[in-house]
Amino acid sequence: MLTIKRLGLTLAFLGILAGLSSLALAERRLADPAQEARAVALHKTLRCLVCQNQSIHDSNASLARDLRQIVRERIEAGDSDEQVIQYIVDRYGDWVLLDPPFKLKTLALWFGPLAVFLIGGIGMVIFLRNQGRRAASMKNAAPPLTEEERRQVQRIIEEGDGQ
Amino acid sequence: MSEGEGMAKAPVSTLRRVVLAAIPVLIFVVLAAFLLRGLDLNPKEIPSVMIDKPVPEFSLPPLPRRDDKGLSTADLKQGQVALVNVFASWCVACRAEHPILMDLKERGIVAIHGMDYKDKPEDGQRWLEDLGDPYDLVGNDLSGRVGIDWGVYGVPETFLVSGDGRILCKQIGPITPKILRNKILPAIEAAKAGRKVTC
Repeated sequence: MLTIKRLGLTLAFLGILAGLSSLALAERRLADPAQEARAVALHKTLRCLVCQNQSIHDSNASLARDLRQIVRERIEAGDSDEQVIQYIVDRYGDWVLLDPPFKLKTLALWFGPLAVFLIGGIGMVIFLRNQGRRAASMKNAAPPLTEEERRQVQRIIEEGDGQ
Repeated sequence: MSEGEGMAKAPVSTLRRVVLAAIPVLIFVVLAAFLLRGLDLNPKEIPSVMIDKPVPEFSLPPLPRRDDKGLSTADLKQGQVALVNVFASWCVACRAEHPILMDLKERGIVAIHGMDYKDKPEDGQRWLEDLGDPYDLVGNDLSGRVGIDWGVYGVPETFLVSGDGRILCKQIGPITPKILRNKILPAIEAAKAGRKVTC
């Protein structure tokens, strides 16, 4: 008797859980699979504003869900991919694009790393070249040993340095 | 001869050494300046593209027991500078911000309108009854679609709107006394005087 009651409770609990999870997942998908595929492809290029650095495709935030829905609606209304993206960018700016557009304002973003790499490379070349030149000039600068010094060296080699 | 040449070269190479030594220092100073600036920046704050643009076309229904007509685009083109505050009963930071709005209302400097964002109308109504109502007009945005048209991504957010319905300034996150003093009040003053608003 008790086990049956417990079983019933468990089932009821599981039912509630299932209901909750389906509620969380309730999202209208587009009937046309091609359109839905386009929508999902666009979702993956749009950045979520709440959990930043996730796409709206990956995010569970309610705003992300709304934006996914808006993308679907725009596609259903016959917008091109560019028009859909523009619709979102008009409201939230280039910031929402996971792939930042190439324009004057983003030049530093696109070329910054390359510039740093070049400056570093040029600096390294200059440094190494100077280093080589200095070594060469040191070699030339050292005067040859005098006869006295040569004898001293010879003595040290033969007898040790006196210890 | 060769010694003379060496002497003439010496000051040049000192200068060169000083310049070379200055390069890392310069790089450090530039980096430090950027990083210092970065300390004050909030990466969660996304620059709004709505600034200097007309408010979007919208019309929101009122809360159940408020006898006004809700909030719509036309209400923001009455020739009066206004704040539009996006709030919600589920928003904790809005609770922190609320006394400041009440205080601002009391001072009567500017019209304050409310957008009850993604909130059941009853909940929004109860919020205003419990905490006090700083708003002239309130519209309920249950679906959050109007919020999206405004570029809202988190509450609270506050927009400063000119008399002819242009968005002049946006505050993301709760208005603190400091933000009120340094950003909101000067912006309101500039807007009322018809000066350019920077914020």
